[in-house]
This record gives sequence, C-alpha cells and structure tokens, in this order.
Amino acid sequence: MAYPQMVMYDEEFRQINAVIEKLLREANAKVIFLVDKNGQLITGCGETERFDTTSLASLTAGNIAATGGLAKLIGEKEFSILFHEGEKDNLHISIVGGRVILVVLFDSRSSLGLVRLRVKKASEELTGIFDRLMKKAEEKERSGVQEFPFAEITDDDIDNLFS
Amino acid sequence: MSFINYASREINCKIVYYGPGLCGKTTNLQYVYQKTAPEAKGKMISLATETERTLFFDFLPLALGEIRGFKTRFHLYTVPGQVFYDASRKLILKGVDGVVFVADSQEERMDANIESLENLRINLQEQGYDLDKLPYVVQYNKRDLPNIVTLDELRRELNPTSVPEFEACATTGEGVFETLKAVAKLILIDLKKGR
Repeated sequence: MAYPQMVMYDEEFRQINAVIEKLLREANAKVIFLVDKNGQLITGCGETERFDTTSLASLTAGNIAATGGLAKLIGEKEFSILFHEGEKDNLHISIVGGRVILVVLFDSRSSLGLVRLRVKKASEELTGIFDRLMKKAEEKERSGVQEFPFAEITDDDIDNLFS
Repeated sequence: MSFINYASREINCKIVYYGPGLCGKTTNLQYVYQKTAPEAKGKMISLATETERTLFFDFLPLALGEIRGFKTRFHLYTVPGQVFYDASRKLILKGVDGVVFVADSQEERMDANIESLENLRINLQEQGYDLDKLPYVVQYNKRDLPNIVTLDELRRELNPTSVPEFEACATTGEGVFETLKAVAKLILIDLKKGR
C-alpha cells in the first residue's frame, strides 16, 4: 500500500495537543488544526467550534495535493508552505514531517512573520512526535500486539450502522 | 488509508466515486446528502464550474454511528469525470479505502465507461494500489433511460472480476444507498482483517 495505516494513541495525542496549544498562544493565532494528507482531521485547538473543521480539513488536503501536483510539474518536490491572505483572516498552511498538514488561522492581532517563526519551532517538535508515533505503530504491528477494535466485529455490528 | 484515533475513539475511512463524465457521481452524493439525518452528516462541498461540472471534487462527510465504541466516519469523495482532469483524479485517489465505479448504462457511453475504468486501474497503480485488492463495487446507473445496454453486457465489459454490483437511478435514489452500504461493508471487513 502507498501509505502505512495512520494510527493515533493517547500519549502522542496529548503531546501533539500540547504543542499546538502552545503554538496557538505564542503565535497569537485564532485556530490551529492538524490534518492528515488524506484529508482526515487529526486534532485542532482554539476557536474550532466556529468553523466546519471537517470541511476545512478536506479542502486543505485538496489544496496541498493540488499545489503538490503543481510543484512536481515544475520539478519541485513539494511546496512546503502556503499562505492565503484574506481581508481579515489569513491561513498559514505547512507540511510537517512530510505527511501531516499544519494549518494556522490568524488575523491582524498576529503577523505572518511571527506565525512563520513559531510554526518552524513547533514543526520540529511535531515531526519528532509523529516519527515516534509511526515507529510505535510499526512495532505494535510487528510484535503482533493487536488492540485493534475491529478485529472482533460481526456482520450484525456492520448492519446496525445502516439501520 | 483509514485513520484510527485511539485517543478520540474514531475511525475515518475514505470512499471515492469514480466514473466517466456525467455518469452521476455527484448525483449519488447529493442523494445521500438529502436522505441523511442532519446529525449524521456534515456540509457537502462541491468544487464545480459555473455549469455544475465537477472541477476538483465533491466531498460529503458521514458519521454513521459507533462500532465497538468507535465512532465510524466515512468521507465520500467524487472525482471530476471529464477526461482532461486526470491530474486532479490522481490526487483524490490518495489514501482511498474503497472505490465505487459508477457506470453510465447508456449505449453511447459504453466506450467512456471502459476508458474510465482503465484509467481508474492505472491511476490506482500509480499510487501503489491494486483495484482487485481494494474494497470495490460497481454501480450501473441510469437504468431508467430507454437506450441502455443490457446487464449482461455491462457485466462482461465492466465487472469481469464479479465484485458486488448494483443497478441504480441516482436521480430517484434507487440503488444509491445499496451501493454505499456495500462498499462501506467491504471496507469494514477489510479493516477487521487488520490488513
């Protein structure tokens, strides 16, 4: 398969949330969220309830995928940072550790320079956490430790979803 | 690939509707959207041209309920069907967990169906997937129209491996949920195997 299965555990989830909450404060941002390159929302913090985060995640991933396609066409590996400037709010989108997308929404209370600076530091921390997460998932798979919740599902469980 | 979050107890899966231009992929999603309870669905997003042709993708998130304490979410995507949007189609297949091929049953669209199916296979291969190993179902759409190809012929041309297949009329909704349910079930069974 093209990508290994994306798995998230409690310990890393807490660490990741701590990093983005710190970034939210230090960058004076409104909302921050992390998205898998496939468009799945991993986590978010800040004024998340004001936004449709599922749609934001999907469109962000589409955006990164489209600009990634553009990059390849001109011989670049990828464009690792995207910046969208609006009248009030701006989006700073960056790729972390090659596989996760970090989205920072900010307004005039912050600045692009500050966001870039803080994102750079947070990215390094996040890359470390995601590397550990991947290793952990691989090790669990290798050692055959299956805590997988779906291993015991029955046909009835599946049918019930659609009832 | 599906995303399993043990921290928030969620599983997210991605389903892609593929097929030739104007075969009814967007119509499938629109019907699912209309008929799903508000609490189970998110906003449907369509990135389309002014003439309502899909430009990049349609997106519909569905939260179907819980299995063994895990919230089970399906993200439904369509690809742009028109031939020249191939670069966009490849992008949308990234991380796919299950595929629905929507065929247009009309005689004059048979060549387009075959071309699109071939294109699906190639684009999946480029991403490292094998269509024969993915959860995959076929839908024969527009069965209500007069100039349609027989089921036998559709089967022969478009479903040689005999995956689950459904007759449908996406505008009235016939076969739409049967198709979705079948592919979702295949994905969950695939997950169960632990891959």
